[in-house]
Amino acid sequence: MIALQPLMTWEAAAVEAPRGKSEIGNFMLSNGMHVVVIPDHRAPIVTQMVWYKVGNADELPGKSGIAHFLEHLMFKSTKKHPAGEFSAKVSEIGGEQNAFTSSDYTAYYQTVTPESLGTMMELEADRMRQLVLTDAVIVPERDVILEERRGRVEAIPEALLEEEMRATLYQNHPYRIPVIGWMHEMERLSREDAVAFYDRYYAPNNAILVVAGDVDTGTVHRLAEKTYGAVPRGRELPPRVRPQEPEQNTKRTVVLTDPRVTVASFEKSWVTTSYATAEPGEAEALDLLSEILGGGKRSRIYQELVVRQGIASSGGAYFWGRSLDPTSFTIFGSPLGEAKVQAVEDAIDTEVRKIIDAGVPDVELENAKNRLVRSVIFARDSQQEIAQLYGEALATGSTAYDLQVWPLRVRAVTAREVQAVAKKYLNPDRSVAGYLLPPANTFSGDQKR
Amino acid sequence: MMMFNRPPLGAAKSLLVVLVLLSLAATTHARAAMAIQEVNSSSGMKAWLVEDYAVPIVTIRFAFRGGSAQELPGEEGLANLMSGLLNEGAGDLDSNAFQQRLDDVGAEMKFDAGRDAVYGYMRVLADRKDEAFELLRLAIEQPRFDQASLDRIRAQIVSGIMAGAKDPQTAAEVAWMKAIYGDHPYSRRKEGTAQTLAALTTFDLKAFHHRLFARGNVTIAVAGAIDARALKRDLDRIFGGLPAHPFLMPVAETTPKLGQEVRVHDDLPQNRLHLAYSGISYKDPQFFAAYLMNHILGGGAFTSRLWNEVREKRGLAYSIESSLEISDHASALVIDTSTRPDCAAETLSLIRAEVRRMVDEDVTEEELEAAKKNIIGGYTIGNLNSSSAVADTLVELQLKGLDIDYIDRRGQLIQAVTVADVRSAARRLLSAAPALMIVGPPLEGKKALEGKKG
Repeated sequence: MIALQPLMTWEAAAVEAPRGKSEIGNFMLSNGMHVVVIPDHRAPIVTQMVWYKVGNADELPGKSGIAHFLEHLMFKSTKKHPAGEFSAKVSEIGGEQNAFTSSDYTAYYQTVTPESLGTMMELEADRMRQLVLTDAVIVPERDVILEERRGRVEAIPEALLEEEMRATLYQNHPYRIPVIGWMHEMERLSREDAVAFYDRYYAPNNAILVVAGDVDTGTVHRLAEKTYGAVPRGRELPPRVRPQEPEQNTKRTVVLTDPRVTVASFEKSWVTTSYATAEPGEAEALDLLSEILGGGKRSRIYQELVVRQGIASSGGAYFWGRSLDPTSFTIFGSPLGEAKVQAVEDAIDTEVRKIIDAGVPDVELENAKNRLVRSVIFARDSQQEIAQLYGEALATGSTAYDLQVWPLRVRAVTAREVQAVAKKYLNPDRSVAGYLLPPANTFSGDQKR
Repeated sequence: MMMFNRPPLGAAKSLLVVLVLLSLAATTHARAAMAIQEVNSSSGMKAWLVEDYAVPIVTIRFAFRGGSAQELPGEEGLANLMSGLLNEGAGDLDSNAFQQRLDDVGAEMKFDAGRDAVYGYMRVLADRKDEAFELLRLAIEQPRFDQASLDRIRAQIVSGIMAGAKDPQTAAEVAWMKAIYGDHPYSRRKEGTAQTLAALTTFDLKAFHHRLFARGNVTIAVAGAIDARALKRDLDRIFGGLPAHPFLMPVAETTPKLGQEVRVHDDLPQNRLHLAYSGISYKDPQFFAAYLMNHILGGGAFTSRLWNEVREKRGLAYSIESSLEISDHASALVIDTSTRPDCAAETLSLIRAEVRRMVDEDVTEEELEAAKKNIIGGYTIGNLNSSSAVADTLVELQLKGLDIDYIDRRGQLIQAVTVADVRSAARRLLSAAPALMIVGPPLEGKKALEGKKG
């Protein structure tokens, strides 16, 4: 067991556990399962999250949606426990549970009382290898995910555009494929596909356990050895090497016109580096760039477009840095009243251009740093949030140490570095612009100057 | 992008504005260690406090009674607009200066209008509390409602209303609220309309603020790194300058109009089915029986009868749930799901059959026991899991007029509910034919729609 050395500065403590007799636990079981414990004794509640280092970007071609489908199937019966028993146990405690799938990971969690943590671990360890997949459970659950797709994607124009944006932004990397899958491939997912995926990726040496809450590291260690520790190590998985993006050289446009849309909206995305792939400091600089450009009411896009010019009803930026492979940076906005979507795009482009040309004043950078660092201190108030921060980082190639020193790394970013990443990554000639338009406002080349 | 096994909390679109944290009323012991103190200040302000120094954060949550239901005809949207303007400048600070100060201090400040109350929230690192509370005092006591901010925030709200103008789900929600609440203030859209918003002035905002924001009308809870002594002083500072009494209009009691159908046709990939039955007030002696009944019927994700019949066994829907929606002057039990058009009639029949079974047959002892355990155990996990959750919970308890020892007492009331009580609650809530809304393509297999009752 290795306990991380507490760092003695206040900010570095930002992502540490709430104070008390708590130190973050960080160790490996003998079968290769990684365990992180974040003690927090404020209430008799504990959250266990198991993260598998597999997501939809690891699926075989033609099998899109299998990672998410398997996530659903994990709630079915195992050799020892009938379907519904695990959920009934969680419910009996009054616990919360759910599971989620992303491009890089799949995670399962329960928030329960400390007394029942052992039972939860036993049941979670059981379904890691003992799932019984029959056609009788596959067929109705496949209908469930098809309904999920209809409801969450097909029925929502914004979601449809988002899907097409990703498919255009990534030209070769599987991040281009929606996490939920393409409808025509989901319809054909079979029991064999599910079993193959499960057997390949669900094993202790491909999993991370994060426990946050009213427990100590010793107790978690003992329980984890008894439950997860008894699951045999799986085969060694090769490094997660996915097809990478070629050099991007074009400016692409995606347009969705939909009768349900009345007010147009615009977004623009670029492929950028992530925490896992970045040169030191670059990902932190991109986080700060996103905060400065479009992180809220004090951001440049909001202040310029919404407050000063009054041409947009909303606008902002976001950067998703916790990604195993290169990720994306997005800016967006929606016109107000008579303003045209083109005016919003031009004004946002101008804000990007200003940072590339002139950089960022120190005081503005300092304010952005304060906001970012503060956000992780606030995250400590919620077990699920802090467990999520650790799980995401560990499942995408970062370490617990990286997370602990993250505030210091953010503090170390210079204005010049923020300007440099803007210049390097936000190149207008290698971007994808997306437009969601009402039918009357038919998009034509003329509008694009 | 993430996909969840079931809709994450807060993601479900609900037609009725839920103003009450439902699980609140169904409660039991919190941990013994969570001591709730009642703090009374010298100027007569009262707050419930949970001290906790593990995380250096202070969270304050409060509510002024009287939300959008207090708007006069023609003022629709006023409460929401006012909430949007409270952090847009106060005292000597214009919008920009105010927000710059807030950002420098590093505090989160939010206001939100509900039907029956205007809620406020602030979260700040403990070492910046005094500066943050001074900004909160200004926002509450001396909001400016400057014309430029008014115009901007109003334009954003109008843009949001316009954006939903051709969205069938939005149209459905508007039609549904009109259908079930008629002329009652609860039928209004919280945002108002482009017409009512256009007519609202700074004067209207000031008058509305003056009517609601009074010392005698605020409910307060605080959690985090602060002690009772400091809080007493802070309560006087923040709220002491407000007038003593509010000017609230009486709001009529109402019940949703059942036994009707609302159809919104659109070429959507799914049919949404939305049903409303009679509800129950949390003060009603049968409340916990009804709460347990709802949990068994469709309230418990992964375990309820509707979940099992509609999703688990047949794969007809991604999400199906029932919930008790309770406001100060109305309540309903609501069931909601979406399914593909060729399965909608079957799904609706299944829902009706489960509702009927709840009325016609007793639940099993095992079901009732499991529901009780969930509702008792879930209180701490669902309601007291962070400082924000604690503060929210303590405000809700006070708004309901419950005692400070309520959390300890409620477990017994839940334990006392019998199978016969559940059946009796089911008969009371579910016997009348519901209001039904169908959004999407016309249903295939029309027969299924002609259920007798329930």
